[in-house]
Amino acid sequence: MTDLTVDPGAPGDPRATPVGAVAVAAATVLAPPTRWRLLLRRPTFVVGAAIVLFWVVCAIFGHAIAPFSPLAQQLLNSNTAPSGSHWFGTDPLGRDVLSRVIVGARDILVITPLATVLGTILGTALGLAMGYLGGVVDLIAGRLVEAVLALPAVIIAFLFIVALGSSTVTLIIVIGFIFTPLIARTVRAAVLAERNLDYLSSARLLGENPVRIMFGEILPNVMPAILVEFTVRLGYAVFAVATLSFLGFGVQPPTPDWGSDIAANYSGLLAGYWWQTLFPALAIASLVTAVNLITDSIEQVLNA
Amino acid sequence: MSEPPVPGDITPALEVSHLDVAYRVRGQDRLALRDVSFAVSRGESYGLVGESGSGKSTVALALVRYLPRNGQVSGGTISINGQDPLSMGKQALHALRAKTVSMVYQEPGRALNPSLRVGRQIAEVYQIAGASADEARRSAQDMLRKVQISDPDRVMRRYPHELSGGMAQRAVIAMALASSPSLLILDEPTTALDATVEAEVLDLVAALRQEFGTTVLFISHNLAVIAKMCDRVGVLYAGELVEEGPARQVFGDPRHPYTVGLLRCIPRRGQRKDRHRLDTIPGFLPAPGHTMTGCVFAPRCALAQDRCRSSEPPFFDVSDLRISRCFFHASAPDLPRATPAADAALAEHDTGEPLVEVAGLSKTFAGSGGGVRALADVNLTIRRGETLGLVGESGSGKTTLARVLLGLTGPDQGSVVTLAGAPLSPDVRRRPQQTLRRLQIVFQNPDSALNRRHTVHSLISRPLTRLAGLSGAALRDRLAELIGSVRLEDRHLALRPGQLSGGLKQRVAIARAFGAGPDVVVCDEPTSALDVSVQAAILNLLADLQKTEQVTYLFISHDLGLVRYLSDRIVVLYLGRVMEVGPAETVFAGPHHPYTEALFSAVPSLDGQRPDRIRLAGEIPSAADPPTGCVFHTRCPRKLPTGVCESTEPPLLEDEPEHLIRCHIPLAELRTLQRNESAPSQGGSL
Repeated sequence: MTDLTVDPGAPGDPRATPVGAVAVAAATVLAPPTRWRLLLRRPTFVVGAAIVLFWVVCAIFGHAIAPFSPLAQQLLNSNTAPSGSHWFGTDPLGRDVLSRVIVGARDILVITPLATVLGTILGTALGLAMGYLGGVVDLIAGRLVEAVLALPAVIIAFLFIVALGSSTVTLIIVIGFIFTPLIARTVRAAVLAERNLDYLSSARLLGENPVRIMFGEILPNVMPAILVEFTVRLGYAVFAVATLSFLGFGVQPPTPDWGSDIAANYSGLLAGYWWQTLFPALAIASLVTAVNLITDSIEQVLNA
Repeated sequence: MSEPPVPGDITPALEVSHLDVAYRVRGQDRLALRDVSFAVSRGESYGLVGESGSGKSTVALALVRYLPRNGQVSGGTISINGQDPLSMGKQALHALRAKTVSMVYQEPGRALNPSLRVGRQIAEVYQIAGASADEARRSAQDMLRKVQISDPDRVMRRYPHELSGGMAQRAVIAMALASSPSLLILDEPTTALDATVEAEVLDLVAALRQEFGTTVLFISHNLAVIAKMCDRVGVLYAGELVEEGPARQVFGDPRHPYTVGLLRCIPRRGQRKDRHRLDTIPGFLPAPGHTMTGCVFAPRCALAQDRCRSSEPPFFDVSDLRISRCFFHASAPDLPRATPAADAALAEHDTGEPLVEVAGLSKTFAGSGGGVRALADVNLTIRRGETLGLVGESGSGKTTLARVLLGLTGPDQGSVVTLAGAPLSPDVRRRPQQTLRRLQIVFQNPDSALNRRHTVHSLISRPLTRLAGLSGAALRDRLAELIGSVRLEDRHLALRPGQLSGGLKQRVAIARAFGAGPDVVVCDEPTSALDVSVQAAILNLLADLQKTEQVTYLFISHDLGLVRYLSDRIVVLYLGRVMEVGPAETVFAGPHHPYTEALFSAVPSLDGQRPDRIRLAGEIPSAADPPTGCVFHTRCPRKLPTGVCESTEPPLLEDEPEHLIRCHIPLAELRTLQRNESAPSQGGSL
């Protein structure tokens, strides 16, 4: 594997292993300082990044920030509307909704990026192989990808969770697996645009092996497409995690979580306890929106 | 082009004076044209010549106000037939574009609507002018006949993609002429076409100009094309007109150092790499929007003195018809060379034993309805130390042959390729490292050949570590030597290809090809994406490297001038078959295969002395359905009346030592035929 090493002096050179590849994705693609500056000049990016940062802070320091313990029940104080002491009101068990929303950011913010990274790594490797090797590999992998895409994602998720048991790790694997064919398809299309360029012939004339050609030569050139796809999927992942925990396959009560809190309390909507559902829902919406704002900005900067 | 028609009306058809055009880039106006003035009288053909970045296309766009959104005329006036397009309202401008001015661009495919039949597009021009549908159709037929399309009805029913490049460009010219414009602007109309097709289209334009008396503004980077087509010529450099005058005088006796330098960059007939080093123009074109005091060319000019750098030269009258924007226009022809003239001490290379041998090479690409035979039974030998020139038009199989040699494309069963006597695996992946090291390539387009995400350093050092097995100090030394020999600098090493100019990129590609010390380097049109002045530097570099590194070249080009300059022996390919092989001098001197003859006579030359053109009828046939017998018989002007050409494929015969021709006509007869017709034509056209 010695031929996988790249010049250490050259900034932005791809690390040939897939794990490193995504980790340095942003650095590679956005390497020229002007691109970062262009990005920071976009209000949409700044707003999106600020919202994501806010939730990241909540996820890490949630217990310190939250005004109450998210688990402390005050049965005498149940179902109270938003007020000065409980800004977001309380739930049927008298727990502070604000505190639960703040602390509930943790799991979704752990699962979402890890699942997306997993899906991106697998999808990138698969897409590179399909696009570059072509032929039988492309044919077989292509059919498999189509087969997975034809099944509803929720069904696949159920299968996995039933088989593996519900846990954070399971959720990461499930969502990563569901994203893999989608990302593979995007990467494959990007690789096809590169496949006939002469630099690949040059690499072959140097006797480079296919792995080095895929990860050392092609990958850096399709990185912009992968980065955009990654951020797009990140937005979907937030949704997917929230959906699965709403359906009861995610974080188990009493641990605070946006999706499961909505599931636990939405029946209260009829009784007029709207705050118990609205605020977790808003939290989900804000995170999805923020990620999409970032996606748009990155896409525009890369295409500029 | 004989006498321009005497105009009864003395208003010039086109008058541009003191034109400034600026493009707004990142909030700043950058001048693309400065103070450009010229006039074209009625019926005249005026050529604008310049390298990329000179602003020649900007002139064309500004004339009819087609500048992109960020471009604007910031000074000066334009007058077309006495009308000023700059002050026109929308309707008048529309009428001007519809009736007075027509334009033909480089890519005929982009000028035609892909979803409409050709006939309808041409007829539309007449309908806009008020003709009924029926009349329009008939007029379109007539016009197509005038552009020498023999079967207009069939062409009119076609969609643009069903036409070949030459045919499509004819249809575009027909469309352009349909409105009987008083000014026809041709912007690189033949650059995308093959030599024989280009020659036909140029002849057509010349003939139509005679017939219609149209005023022509002809824009090209190709000096020889301009010399052939134009009465007068203006030379543009960095957005300024630097010299103007009758074409023959300007090219015969240039009076601006830029024109002088440009002409010296082009290999002339009789020049060879071992006897005449091409001159180059040092330095680079100033960045667009530069704010330079003094002469724009001063930084690259060997004649420049303090005066040139401090004050901008005005136009000097060289003679009554000629002007030059140079203080030293009188001494411009004595411009000192930028590179030493000739290398007397040329190492005698021994073009001895065969290094690469190709026997019975065929390549059939699978396609719907049978295969496409890109190469058919090619036999050739490349000898150690020589340059073998490979010539042919697009579709002749040049690049396929190169890719088969390199193992990038697998040949058909039974094909044999050997390197120094040892058979080469048809698949590059199965070739041992030693073989890979010995066979490398410089691709046509460095943008495609260099990975844009890698630095120059990693691009060049990769073959050194991988194939030559260097590391540490040895690697550093060899890298330094290599970038020195291709004349790159250390500061380039940290850059990526996107940050380099075209010439520098090609140097990186050359350094990479030479890195591991190859025996054979395939050069696949290495300069066709480059400007003339850059091309000269690259050709010199290739010639130098051949001397110092003792390599053998397979030099592929459609440009016969380059092939003649660089090659020791020449192979002429047509539809995947070798038509002629021989030492360069013999092949050029003739007698040649009729196809070679046609290729030679299709190339316009700067000095005005051309052999009489033998015209090729029609287009290159499709390789999917090659003609029977001799594949060239459908276009051959010397086809024998006996019918043998249609029925039997002629063998490749060695009539002279070393010189093989695939033709039924015996060599002696070819010699007689070609001698009779090669008497230089005098008078007539320029």
